[in-house]
Amino acid sequence: MTEGLMTGIVVFVLATFIGVEVINKIPPTLHTPLMSGSNAISGISLVGALLVAGEQNWHLSVILGFIAVVLAMINVVGGFLVTDRMLQMFKKKEVKA
Amino acid sequence: MTEWIPSAIQICYLIAASLFILGLKQLGSPATARRGNLLGAIGMLIAIVATLLDREILNYSTILVGMVLGSAIGTLMAQRVEMTAMPQMVGLLNGFGGAASALVAIGEFWKVLDAGLVPPLDDTITIVLSVLIGGITFTGSLLAFAKLQELMPGAPITFPAQQPVNLSLLIGFLVCSVYLVLDPTNTTVFLIMLGFSLVLGVLFVLPIGGADTPVVISLLNSFSGLAASAAGFVLMNNMLIIAGALVGASGIILTEIMCRAMNRTLANVLFSAFGSKTTLSAAGGAVQDKTVRSIDAEEGAMMLGYARSVVIVPGYGMAVAQAQHSVRELADQLERLGVEVKYAIHPVAGRMPGHMNVLLAEANVPYTQLYDMEDVNPEFERTDVALVIGANDVVNPAARHDHSSPIYGMPILEVDRAKHAIVIKRGMNAGFSGVENELFYQDKTVMLFGSAKDMVAKLVGGVKEL
Repeated sequence: MTEGLMTGIVVFVLATFIGVEVINKIPPTLHTPLMSGSNAISGISLVGALLVAGEQNWHLSVILGFIAVVLAMINVVGGFLVTDRMLQMFKKKEVKA
Repeated sequence: MTEWIPSAIQICYLIAASLFILGLKQLGSPATARRGNLLGAIGMLIAIVATLLDREILNYSTILVGMVLGSAIGTLMAQRVEMTAMPQMVGLLNGFGGAASALVAIGEFWKVLDAGLVPPLDDTITIVLSVLIGGITFTGSLLAFAKLQELMPGAPITFPAQQPVNLSLLIGFLVCSVYLVLDPTNTTVFLIMLGFSLVLGVLFVLPIGGADTPVVISLLNSFSGLAASAAGFVLMNNMLIIAGALVGASGIILTEIMCRAMNRTLANVLFSAFGSKTTLSAAGGAVQDKTVRSIDAEEGAMMLGYARSVVIVPGYGMAVAQAQHSVRELADQLERLGVEVKYAIHPVAGRMPGHMNVLLAEANVPYTQLYDMEDVNPEFERTDVALVIGANDVVNPAARHDHSSPIYGMPILEVDRAKHAIVIKRGMNAGFSGVENELFYQDKTVMLFGSAKDMVAKLVGGVKEL
Protein backbone atom coordinates (compact mmCIF):
# COMPACT_ATOMS: atom_id res chain seq x y z
CA MET A 1 0.00 0.00 0.00
CA THR A 2 1.39 3.39 -0.87
CA GLU A 3 1.69 6.14 1.67
CA GLY A 4 -0.91 8.24 -0.13
CA LEU A 5 -3.55 5.55 0.14
CA MET A 6 -2.79 5.06 3.82
CA THR A 7 -3.12 8.80 4.49
CA GLY A 8 -6.40 8.76 2.59
CA ILE A 9 -7.76 6.00 4.78
CA VAL A 10 -6.73 7.85 7.95
CA VAL A 11 -8.42 11.02 6.70
CA PHE A 12 -11.55 9.09 5.75
CA VAL A 13 -11.92 7.42 9.13
CA LEU A 14 -11.33 10.62 11.09
CA ALA A 15 -13.74 12.58 8.91
CA THR A 16 -16.39 9.90 9.44
CA PHE A 17 -16.06 10.32 13.20
CA ILE A 18 -16.45 14.08 12.87
CA GLY A 19 -19.47 13.56 10.64
CA VAL A 20 -21.15 11.24 13.13
CA GLU A 21 -20.50 13.64 16.02
CA VAL A 22 -21.78 16.70 14.18
CA ILE A 23 -24.80 15.09 12.55
CA ASN A 24 -26.02 13.22 15.62
CA LYS A 25 -26.81 16.60 17.18
CA ILE A 26 -29.09 17.72 14.37
CA PRO A 27 -32.80 17.61 15.41
CA PRO A 28 -35.34 15.66 13.30
CA THR A 29 -37.01 18.92 12.29
CA LEU A 30 -34.04 19.68 10.08
CA HIS A 31 -33.39 16.24 8.65
CA THR A 32 -34.73 16.99 5.19
CA PRO A 33 -32.61 20.15 4.73
CA LEU A 34 -29.68 18.21 6.21
CA MET A 35 -30.15 15.58 3.58
CA SER A 36 -30.42 17.95 0.64
CA GLY A 37 -27.59 20.09 2.00
CA SER A 38 -25.24 17.19 2.56
CA ASN A 39 -26.35 15.92 -0.81
CA ALA A 40 -25.05 19.14 -2.33
CA ILE A 41 -21.75 18.61 -0.53
CA SER A 42 -21.45 15.15 -2.06
CA GLY A 43 -21.41 16.97 -5.40
CA ILE A 44 -17.81 17.74 -4.45
CA SER A 45 -16.83 15.08 -6.97
CA LEU A 46 -17.23 18.10 -9.27
CA VAL A 47 -13.62 18.87 -8.37
CA GLY A 48 -12.58 15.52 -9.76
CA ALA A 49 -14.78 16.06 -12.80
CA LEU A 50 -13.09 19.40 -13.50
CA LEU A 51 -9.66 17.77 -13.44
CA VAL A 52 -10.78 15.00 -15.80
CA ALA A 53 -12.61 17.34 -18.18
CA GLY A 54 -9.84 19.90 -18.23
CA GLU A 55 -7.44 18.02 -20.46
CA GLN A 56 -6.18 19.61 -23.62
CA ASN A 57 -7.13 16.95 -26.15
CA TRP A 58 -10.50 15.44 -26.90
CA HIS A 59 -10.09 11.99 -25.47
CA LEU A 60 -12.93 9.81 -24.30
CA SER A 61 -12.03 10.83 -20.77
CA VAL A 62 -12.74 14.48 -21.57
CA ILE A 63 -16.24 13.58 -22.74
CA LEU A 64 -16.81 11.54 -19.60
CA GLY A 65 -15.44 14.42 -17.56
CA PHE A 66 -17.76 16.86 -19.29
CA ILE A 67 -20.83 14.76 -18.46
CA ALA A 68 -19.54 14.45 -14.90
CA VAL A 69 -19.16 18.25 -14.65
CA VAL A 70 -22.75 18.78 -15.77
CA LEU A 71 -24.19 16.15 -13.40
CA ALA A 72 -22.10 17.24 -10.42
CA MET A 73 -22.95 20.88 -11.06
CA ILE A 74 -26.69 20.05 -11.08
CA ASN A 75 -26.11 18.22 -7.82
CA VAL A 76 -24.25 21.12 -6.22
CA VAL A 77 -26.35 24.06 -7.41
CA GLY A 78 -29.69 22.26 -7.13
CA GLY A 79 -28.82 20.92 -3.70
CA PHE A 80 -27.70 24.18 -2.12
CA LEU A 81 -30.50 26.25 -3.66
CA VAL A 82 -33.30 23.89 -2.71
CA THR A 83 -31.91 23.63 0.83
CA ASP A 84 -31.92 27.39 1.11
CA ARG A 85 -35.47 27.50 -0.23
CA MET A 86 -36.57 25.09 2.46
CA LEU A 87 -34.68 26.74 5.29
CA GLN A 88 -36.08 30.18 4.62
CA MET A 89 -39.52 28.72 5.33
CA PHE A 90 -38.54 27.69 8.84
CA LYS A 91 -39.75 30.55 10.98
CA LYS A 92 -40.18 31.01 14.66
CA LYS A 93 -43.33 33.09 14.51
CA GLU A 94 -45.49 33.72 11.54
CA VAL A 95 -44.59 36.90 9.72
CA LYS A 96 -47.69 38.69 8.55
CA ALA A 97 -47.41 39.43 4.87
CA MET B 1 3.50 28.73 -13.26
CA THR B 2 4.89 29.53 -9.90
CA GLU B 3 5.84 27.17 -7.13
CA TRP B 4 3.29 28.22 -4.55
CA ILE B 5 0.17 27.40 -6.49
CA PRO B 6 -0.11 23.70 -5.52
CA SER B 7 0.23 24.57 -1.84
CA ALA B 8 -2.30 27.36 -2.16
CA ILE B 9 -4.73 24.94 -3.76
CA GLN B 10 -4.27 22.47 -0.93
CA ILE B 11 -4.88 25.20 1.64
CA CYS B 12 -8.04 26.24 -0.18
CA TYR B 13 -9.18 22.62 -0.07
CA LEU B 14 -8.56 22.54 3.66
CA ILE B 15 -10.59 25.71 4.11
CA ALA B 16 -13.40 24.23 2.00
CA ALA B 17 -13.45 21.02 4.04
CA SER B 18 -13.55 23.05 7.27
CA LEU B 19 -16.43 25.12 5.94
CA PHE B 20 -18.35 21.94 5.15
CA ILE B 21 -17.95 20.76 8.74
CA LEU B 22 -18.90 24.16 10.18
CA GLY B 23 -21.84 24.37 7.79
CA LEU B 24 -23.15 20.98 8.88
CA LYS B 25 -22.75 22.00 12.50
CA GLN B 26 -24.84 25.13 11.95
CA LEU B 27 -27.50 23.04 10.25
CA GLY B 28 -28.18 21.77 13.78
CA SER B 29 -30.51 24.61 14.73
CA PRO B 30 -33.30 26.25 12.72
CA ALA B 31 -31.95 29.66 13.71
CA THR B 32 -28.51 29.13 12.14
CA ALA B 33 -29.33 26.52 9.52
CA ARG B 34 -29.60 28.90 6.62
CA ARG B 35 -26.18 30.36 7.36
CA GLY B 36 -24.82 26.84 7.66
CA ASN B 37 -26.04 25.98 4.21
CA LEU B 38 -24.47 29.17 2.90
CA LEU B 39 -21.14 28.24 4.52
CA GLY B 40 -21.28 24.92 2.73
CA ALA B 41 -21.94 26.67 -0.56
CA ILE B 42 -19.02 29.06 0.01
CA GLY B 43 -16.81 26.08 0.77
CA MET B 44 -17.86 24.55 -2.51
CA LEU B 45 -17.16 27.77 -4.39
CA ILE B 46 -13.67 27.99 -2.89
CA ALA B 47 -13.01 24.38 -3.84
CA ILE B 48 -14.14 24.99 -7.42
CA VAL B 49 -12.08 28.15 -7.87
CA ALA B 50 -9.02 26.50 -6.36
CA THR B 51 -9.38 23.55 -8.70
CA LEU B 52 -9.61 25.81 -11.72
CA LEU B 53 -6.15 27.14 -10.83
CA ASP B 54 -4.72 23.65 -11.18
CA ARG B 55 -2.15 23.45 -13.93
CA GLU B 56 -3.59 20.16 -15.13
CA ILE B 57 -6.58 22.06 -16.42
CA LEU B 58 -5.95 23.39 -19.88
CA ASN B 59 -9.33 23.24 -21.50
CA TYR B 60 -11.46 25.90 -19.86
CA SER B 61 -14.13 26.22 -22.51
CA THR B 62 -15.43 22.67 -22.09
CA ILE B 63 -15.55 23.13 -18.35
CA LEU B 64 -17.31 26.45 -18.57
CA VAL B 65 -20.01 25.07 -20.85
CA GLY B 66 -20.52 22.14 -18.50
CA MET B 67 -20.72 24.32 -15.43
CA VAL B 68 -23.17 26.81 -16.94
CA LEU B 69 -25.37 24.00 -18.24
CA GLY B 70 -25.33 22.19 -14.91
CA SER B 71 -26.03 25.36 -12.92
CA ALA B 72 -28.96 26.27 -15.15
CA ILE B 73 -30.56 22.85 -14.80
CA GLY B 74 -29.88 22.76 -11.06
CA THR B 75 -31.35 26.22 -10.49
CA LEU B 76 -34.44 25.36 -12.49
CA MET B 77 -34.97 22.14 -10.56
CA ALA B 78 -34.51 23.83 -7.20
CA GLN B 79 -37.00 26.57 -8.02
CA ARG B 80 -39.65 24.41 -9.61
CA VAL B 81 -39.81 21.46 -7.27
CA GLU B 82 -42.86 21.05 -5.03
CA MET B 83 -42.10 20.48 -1.37
CA THR B 84 -44.05 17.22 -1.49
CA ALA B 85 -41.71 16.11 -4.29
CA MET B 86 -38.59 16.73 -2.21
CA PRO B 87 -37.77 13.01 -1.79
CA GLN B 88 -37.70 12.54 -5.57
CA MET B 89 -35.54 15.62 -5.98
CA VAL B 90 -33.02 14.46 -3.39
CA GLY B 91 -33.14 10.98 -4.90
CA LEU B 92 -32.38 12.32 -8.35
CA LEU B 93 -29.57 14.55 -7.08
CA ASN B 94 -28.09 11.57 -5.22
CA GLY B 95 -28.08 9.72 -8.50
CA PHE B 96 -26.34 12.56 -10.34
CA GLY B 97 -23.71 12.81 -7.62
CA GLY B 98 -23.10 9.07 -7.75
CA ALA B 99 -22.90 9.12 -11.54
CA ALA B 100 -20.43 12.02 -11.47
CA SER B 101 -18.20 10.14 -9.03
CA ALA B 102 -18.26 6.99 -11.14
CA LEU B 103 -17.55 9.01 -14.29
CA VAL B 104 -14.56 10.64 -12.62
CA ALA B 105 -13.15 7.20 -11.83
CA ILE B 106 -13.86 5.91 -15.35
CA GLY B 107 -12.35 9.04 -16.85
CA GLU B 108 -9.20 8.63 -14.75
CA PHE B 109 -8.95 5.01 -15.85
CA TRP B 110 -9.12 5.99 -19.51
CA LYS B 111 -6.74 8.86 -19.01
CA VAL B 112 -4.09 6.47 -17.70
CA LEU B 113 -4.71 4.00 -20.52
CA ASP B 114 -4.62 6.76 -23.17
CA ALA B 115 -1.26 7.82 -21.86
CA GLY B 116 -0.08 4.28 -22.58
CA LEU B 117 0.48 3.52 -18.90
CA VAL B 118 -0.60 0.62 -16.73
CA PRO B 119 -2.62 1.74 -13.70
CA PRO B 120 -0.82 0.74 -10.48
CA LEU B 121 -2.50 -1.63 -8.03
CA ASP B 122 -3.76 1.06 -5.65
CA ASP B 123 -5.37 3.00 -8.45
CA THR B 124 -7.06 -0.05 -9.89
CA ILE B 125 -8.57 -0.93 -6.53
CA THR B 126 -9.86 2.57 -5.82
CA ILE B 127 -11.23 2.89 -9.36
CA VAL B 128 -13.06 -0.43 -9.02
CA LEU B 129 -14.54 0.67 -5.71
CA SER B 130 -15.55 4.03 -7.12
CA VAL B 131 -17.27 2.43 -10.11
CA LEU B 132 -19.13 -0.02 -7.86
CA ILE B 133 -20.48 2.55 -5.39
CA GLY B 134 -21.08 5.25 -8.00
CA GLY B 135 -22.84 2.87 -10.37
CA ILE B 136 -25.16 1.45 -7.71
CA THR B 137 -25.95 4.94 -6.45
CA PHE B 138 -26.75 6.13 -9.97
CA THR B 139 -29.18 3.46 -11.14
CA GLY B 140 -30.55 2.81 -7.64
CA SER B 141 -31.41 6.49 -7.25
CA LEU B 142 -32.97 6.70 -10.70
CA LEU B 143 -35.20 3.76 -9.83
CA ALA B 144 -36.12 5.25 -6.45
CA PHE B 145 -36.94 8.47 -8.30
CA ALA B 146 -39.15 6.59 -10.78
CA LYS B 147 -41.00 4.89 -7.93
CA LEU B 148 -41.56 8.12 -6.00
CA GLN B 149 -42.56 10.07 -9.09
CA GLU B 150 -44.98 7.22 -9.83
CA LEU B 151 -43.43 6.58 -13.21
CA MET B 152 -43.62 2.95 -12.15
CA PRO B 153 -45.56 1.07 -9.46
CA GLY B 154 -44.32 1.82 -5.96
CA ALA B 155 -45.06 -1.68 -4.71
CA PRO B 156 -42.12 -4.02 -4.22
CA ILE B 157 -41.24 -5.92 -7.36
CA THR B 158 -39.95 -9.39 -6.67
CA PHE B 159 -39.02 -12.31 -8.84
CA PRO B 160 -37.95 -15.85 -7.98
CA ALA B 161 -34.41 -16.34 -6.78
CA GLN B 162 -33.92 -12.57 -6.39
CA GLN B 163 -31.31 -12.81 -3.66
CA PRO B 164 -29.24 -15.53 -5.39
CA VAL B 165 -29.28 -13.43 -8.59
CA ASN B 166 -28.09 -10.34 -6.69
CA LEU B 167 -25.44 -12.35 -4.96
CA SER B 168 -24.15 -13.83 -8.19
CA LEU B 169 -24.02 -10.35 -9.73
CA LEU B 170 -21.94 -9.15 -6.81
CA ILE B 171 -19.67 -12.18 -7.12
CA GLY B 172 -19.43 -11.52 -10.85
CA PHE B 173 -18.35 -7.98 -10.06
CA LEU B 174 -15.72 -9.21 -7.61
CA VAL B 175 -14.37 -11.76 -10.09
CA CYS B 176 -14.10 -9.02 -12.72
CA SER B 177 -12.29 -6.72 -10.32
CA VAL B 178 -9.77 -9.42 -9.40
CA TYR B 179 -9.28 -9.99 -13.12
CA LEU B 180 -8.78 -6.28 -13.61
CA VAL B 181 -6.23 -6.10 -10.82
CA LEU B 182 -4.25 -8.83 -12.58
CA ASP B 183 -4.70 -7.28 -16.02
CA PRO B 184 -5.33 -3.56 -15.44
CA THR B 185 -5.48 -2.61 -19.13
CA ASN B 186 -8.33 -4.95 -20.04
CA THR B 187 -11.13 -2.57 -21.04
CA THR B 188 -13.64 -5.34 -21.82
CA VAL B 189 -13.53 -6.60 -18.26
CA PHE B 190 -13.79 -3.03 -17.05
CA LEU B 191 -16.96 -2.42 -19.05
CA ILE B 192 -18.54 -5.71 -17.94
CA MET B 193 -17.79 -4.69 -14.37
CA LEU B 194 -19.42 -1.31 -14.92
CA GLY B 195 -22.48 -3.08 -16.31
CA PHE B 196 -22.68 -5.30 -13.24
CA SER B 197 -22.65 -2.31 -10.90
CA LEU B 198 -25.43 -0.55 -12.85
CA VAL B 199 -27.66 -3.64 -12.85
CA LEU B 200 -26.97 -4.17 -9.15
CA GLY B 201 -28.29 -0.68 -8.39
CA VAL B 202 -31.57 -1.47 -10.15
CA LEU B 203 -32.01 -4.87 -8.51
CA PHE B 204 -31.18 -3.42 -5.12
CA VAL B 205 -34.05 -0.91 -5.16
CA LEU B 206 -36.57 -3.00 -7.13
CA PRO B 207 -37.87 -5.09 -4.20
CA ILE B 208 -38.24 -2.12 -1.84
CA GLY B 209 -41.77 -0.83 -1.31
CA GLY B 210 -43.03 2.74 -1.43
CA ALA B 211 -43.42 3.02 2.34
CA ASP B 212 -39.76 2.19 2.81
CA THR B 213 -38.45 4.88 0.50
CA PRO B 214 -37.32 7.17 3.36
CA VAL B 215 -34.81 4.51 4.26
CA VAL B 216 -33.67 3.95 0.70
CA ILE B 217 -33.26 7.65 0.02
CA SER B 218 -31.20 8.04 3.19
CA LEU B 219 -29.07 5.05 2.31
CA LEU B 220 -28.49 6.27 -1.24
CA ASN B 221 -27.59 9.66 0.22
CA SER B 222 -24.91 7.89 2.21
CA PHE B 223 -23.78 6.02 -0.90
CA SER B 224 -23.45 9.23 -2.89
CA GLY B 225 -21.11 10.49 -0.18
CA LEU B 226 -19.10 7.29 -0.19
CA ALA B 227 -18.93 7.51 -3.99
CA ALA B 228 -17.43 11.00 -3.68
CA SER B 229 -14.96 9.67 -1.11
CA ALA B 230 -14.01 6.83 -3.43
CA ALA B 231 -13.43 9.34 -6.22
CA GLY B 232 -11.25 11.21 -3.73
CA PHE B 233 -9.16 8.07 -3.25
CA VAL B 234 -8.80 7.75 -7.03
CA LEU B 235 -7.53 11.33 -7.31
CA MET B 236 -5.70 11.21 -3.95
CA ASN B 237 -7.61 14.32 -2.96
CA ASN B 238 -8.16 14.62 0.80
CA MET B 239 -10.92 17.20 0.55
CA LEU B 240 -13.05 14.86 -1.56
CA ILE B 241 -12.43 12.11 0.95
CA ILE B 242 -13.45 14.34 3.88
CA ALA B 243 -16.56 15.76 2.23
CA GLY B 244 -17.63 12.33 1.06
CA ALA B 245 -17.09 10.81 4.50
CA LEU B 246 -19.23 13.54 6.12
CA VAL B 247 -22.09 12.85 3.75
CA GLY B 248 -21.61 9.12 4.13
CA ALA B 249 -21.89 9.43 7.91
CA SER B 250 -24.93 11.71 7.64
CA GLY B 251 -26.77 9.29 5.37
CA ILE B 252 -26.02 6.30 7.57
CA ILE B 253 -27.24 8.08 10.69
CA LEU B 254 -30.50 9.09 9.02
CA THR B 255 -30.93 5.56 7.70
CA GLU B 256 -30.53 4.18 11.19
CA ILE B 257 -32.99 6.70 12.67
CA MET B 258 -35.57 5.76 10.05
CA CYS B 259 -35.11 2.05 10.64
CA ARG B 260 -35.45 2.51 14.38
CA ALA B 261 -38.63 4.55 13.90
CA MET B 262 -40.10 1.70 11.88
CA ASN B 263 -38.78 -0.88 14.33
CA ARG B 264 -36.99 -2.80 11.61
CA THR B 265 -33.44 -3.64 10.79
CA LEU B 266 -31.83 -2.31 7.66
CA ALA B 267 -31.52 -5.85 6.32
CA ASN B 268 -35.25 -6.33 6.84
CA VAL B 269 -36.05 -3.14 4.91
CA LEU B 270 -33.75 -4.04 2.05
CA PHE B 271 -34.58 -7.69 1.61
CA SER B 272 -38.06 -8.44 2.95
CA ALA B 273 -40.20 -6.68 0.30
CA PHE B 274 -42.40 -5.31 3.12
CA GLY B 275 -45.87 -4.29 1.98
CA SER B 276 -46.05 -6.80 -0.85
CA LYS B 277 -49.13 -8.99 -1.06
CA THR B 278 -47.68 -11.92 0.85
CA THR B 279 -46.99 -9.90 3.99
CA LEU B 280 -50.35 -8.14 3.80
CA SER B 281 -52.52 -11.22 4.07
CA ALA B 282 -50.95 -12.16 7.38
CA ALA B 283 -52.35 -9.10 9.14
CA GLY B 284 -55.67 -7.88 10.44
CA GLY B 285 -58.95 -9.67 10.91
CA ALA B 286 -59.20 -9.57 14.69
CA VAL B 287 -61.33 -6.45 15.01
CA GLN B 288 -64.01 -7.13 12.40
CA ASP B 289 -66.97 -7.13 14.76
CA LYS B 290 -66.23 -3.85 16.42
CA THR B 291 -67.89 -0.61 15.43
CA VAL B 292 -66.58 2.88 14.93
CA ARG B 293 -68.32 6.10 15.91
CA SER B 294 -68.59 8.64 13.15
CA ILE B 295 -69.40 12.32 13.69
CA ASP B 296 -69.85 15.34 11.42
CA ALA B 297 -67.56 18.34 11.09
CA GLU B 298 -69.76 20.58 13.22
CA GLU B 299 -69.51 18.27 16.19
CA GLY B 300 -65.78 17.93 15.57
CA ALA B 301 -65.39 21.71 15.55
CA MET B 302 -67.18 21.88 18.91
CA MET B 303 -64.88 19.29 20.44
CA LEU B 304 -61.82 21.17 19.23
CA GLY B 305 -63.07 24.65 20.04
CA TYR B 306 -63.95 23.86 23.64
CA ALA B 307 -60.75 21.94 24.34
CA ARG B 308 -57.91 23.44 26.31
CA SER B 309 -55.17 21.65 24.45
CA VAL B 310 -55.13 20.06 21.02
CA VAL B 311 -52.37 18.00 19.46
CA ILE B 312 -52.50 17.68 15.70
CA VAL B 313 -50.99 14.49 14.27
CA PRO B 314 -50.36 15.01 10.56
CA GLY B 315 -49.60 12.04 8.34
CA TYR B 316 -48.60 11.80 4.76
CA GLY B 317 -52.27 11.61 3.78
CA MET B 318 -52.55 15.25 4.83
CA ALA B 319 -49.68 16.26 2.58
CA VAL B 320 -51.04 14.28 -0.36
CA ALA B 321 -54.36 16.12 0.04
CA GLN B 322 -52.41 19.42 0.22
CA ALA B 323 -54.33 20.16 3.41
CA GLN B 324 -51.42 21.67 5.37
CA HIS B 325 -52.52 25.25 4.72
CA SER B 326 -56.07 24.55 5.96
CA VAL B 327 -54.57 22.78 8.96
CA ARG B 328 -52.57 25.89 9.79
CA GLU B 329 -55.72 27.97 9.44
CA LEU B 330 -57.53 25.61 11.81
CA ALA B 331 -54.70 25.96 14.31
CA ASP B 332 -54.89 29.78 14.01
CA GLN B 333 -58.63 29.74 14.67
CA LEU B 334 -58.19 27.46 17.68
CA GLU B 335 -55.46 29.65 19.11
CA ARG B 336 -57.76 32.62 18.70
CA LEU B 337 -60.15 30.78 21.07
CA GLY B 338 -57.30 30.24 23.53
CA VAL B 339 -56.69 26.60 22.70
CA GLU B 340 -53.10 25.45 23.00
CA VAL B 341 -52.09 23.79 19.72
CA LYS B 342 -49.11 21.53 19.13
CA TYR B 343 -48.09 19.34 16.22
CA ALA B 344 -46.80 15.83 16.87
CA ILE B 345 -44.42 14.63 14.19
CA HIS B 346 -43.55 10.96 13.87
CA PRO B 347 -40.09 10.34 12.38
CA VAL B 348 -41.58 8.52 9.39
CA ALA B 349 -44.52 10.87 8.90
CA GLY B 350 -43.41 11.95 5.45
CA ARG B 351 -41.60 10.38 2.55
CA MET B 352 -38.14 11.22 3.84
CA PRO B 353 -36.62 12.09 7.23
CA GLY B 354 -38.02 15.41 8.44
CA HIS B 355 -40.25 15.77 5.39
CA MET B 356 -43.39 16.62 7.38
CA ASN B 357 -41.59 19.47 9.12
CA VAL B 358 -40.74 21.03 5.77
CA LEU B 359 -44.31 20.65 4.52
CA LEU B 360 -45.65 22.36 7.64
CA ALA B 361 -42.99 25.05 7.50
CA GLU B 362 -44.13 25.76 3.95
CA ALA B 363 -47.62 26.35 5.34
CA ASN B 364 -46.11 28.90 7.77
CA VAL B 365 -46.40 26.73 10.85
CA PRO B 366 -43.77 28.07 13.29
CA TYR B 367 -41.17 25.38 14.00
CA THR B 368 -41.55 26.02 17.73
CA GLN B 369 -44.97 24.32 17.54
CA LEU B 370 -43.56 21.14 15.98
CA TYR B 371 -42.78 18.42 18.51
CA ASP B 372 -40.78 15.25 17.98
CA MET B 373 -42.17 11.94 19.11
CA GLU B 374 -40.15 11.67 22.33
CA ASP B 375 -41.10 15.17 23.40
CA VAL B 376 -44.79 14.98 22.68
CA ASN B 377 -45.66 11.49 23.91
CA PRO B 378 -45.66 12.46 27.63
CA GLU B 379 -47.99 15.36 26.70
CA PHE B 380 -50.84 13.25 25.38
CA GLU B 381 -52.15 12.44 28.86
CA ARG B 382 -52.75 16.15 29.40
CA THR B 383 -54.25 16.61 25.94
CA ASP B 384 -57.99 17.08 25.51
CA VAL B 385 -58.24 16.27 21.82
CA ALA B 386 -55.75 14.61 19.49
CA LEU B 387 -56.59 15.34 15.86
CA VAL B 388 -55.20 12.66 13.54
CA ILE B 389 -55.11 13.73 9.89
CA GLY B 390 -54.16 11.11 7.35
CA ALA B 391 -51.94 9.12 9.70
CA ASN B 392 -52.55 5.49 10.52
CA ASP B 393 -49.85 3.01 11.47
CA VAL B 394 -47.90 5.57 13.49
CA VAL B 395 -50.84 5.95 15.92
CA ASN B 396 -51.80 2.28 16.20
CA PRO B 397 -51.67 1.21 19.87
CA ALA B 398 -51.26 -2.40 18.75
CA ALA B 399 -47.59 -1.57 18.25
CA ARG B 400 -47.33 -1.36 22.03
CA HIS B 401 -49.06 -4.53 23.23
CA ASP B 402 -50.07 -6.87 20.41
CA HIS B 403 -47.21 -9.31 19.95
CA SER B 404 -48.79 -10.83 16.88
CA SER B 405 -49.02 -7.51 15.03
CA PRO B 406 -46.49 -6.92 12.24
CA ILE B 407 -45.89 -3.45 13.61
CA TYR B 408 -45.37 -4.64 17.19
CA GLY B 409 -42.55 -2.71 18.84
CA MET B 410 -42.66 0.21 16.42
CA PRO B 411 -42.48 3.50 18.35
CA ILE B 412 -45.82 5.28 17.99
CA LEU B 413 -47.43 8.58 18.87
CA GLU B 414 -49.56 7.70 21.88
CA VAL B 415 -52.75 9.31 20.69
CA ASP B 416 -54.83 6.77 22.63
CA ARG B 417 -53.64 8.34 25.87
CA ALA B 418 -55.35 11.64 25.04
CA LYS B 419 -58.83 12.23 26.46
CA HIS B 420 -60.41 12.20 23.01
CA ALA B 421 -59.19 11.45 19.52
CA ILE B 422 -60.65 12.66 16.24
CA VAL B 423 -59.46 10.78 13.18
CA ILE B 424 -59.93 12.25 9.72
CA LYS B 425 -59.83 9.47 7.18
CA ARG B 426 -61.24 8.68 3.77
CA GLY B 427 -62.55 5.26 4.72
CA MET B 428 -61.68 2.29 6.80
CA ASN B 429 -58.78 1.08 4.67
CA ALA B 430 -55.75 -0.24 6.49
CA GLY B 431 -52.47 1.67 6.51
CA PHE B 432 -49.25 0.97 4.62
CA SER B 433 -48.47 -2.04 6.73
CA GLY B 434 -51.92 -3.48 5.98
CA VAL B 435 -52.73 -3.67 9.69
CA GLU B 436 -56.11 -2.77 11.18
CA ASN B 437 -55.89 0.12 13.61
CA GLU B 438 -57.56 -0.57 16.95
CA LEU B 439 -57.42 3.12 17.84
CA PHE B 440 -60.39 3.65 15.50
CA TYR B 441 -62.54 1.26 17.53
CA GLN B 442 -61.88 2.72 20.95
CA ASP B 443 -64.64 4.52 22.84
CA LYS B 444 -62.73 7.78 23.03
CA THR B 445 -62.17 7.88 19.27
CA VAL B 446 -64.52 9.45 16.77
CA MET B 447 -64.11 9.35 13.01
CA LEU B 448 -64.59 12.12 10.48
CA PHE B 449 -64.91 10.40 7.14
CA GLY B 450 -63.91 12.44 4.12
CA SER B 451 -60.90 13.87 2.34
CA ALA B 452 -58.44 15.62 4.61
CA LYS B 453 -58.73 18.92 2.78
CA ASP B 454 -62.55 19.10 2.80
CA MET B 455 -62.85 17.98 6.37
CA VAL B 456 -60.27 20.38 7.72
CA ALA B 457 -61.88 23.22 5.75
CA LYS B 458 -65.25 22.31 7.29
CA LEU B 459 -63.66 22.22 10.73
CA VAL B 460 -62.22 25.68 10.14
CA GLY B 461 -65.68 26.92 9.20
CA GLY B 462 -67.19 25.28 12.27
CA VAL B 463 -64.61 26.68 14.66
CA LYS B 464 -65.01 30.17 13.19
CA GLU B 465 -68.65 30.17 14.19
CA LEU B 466 -67.97 29.26 17.81
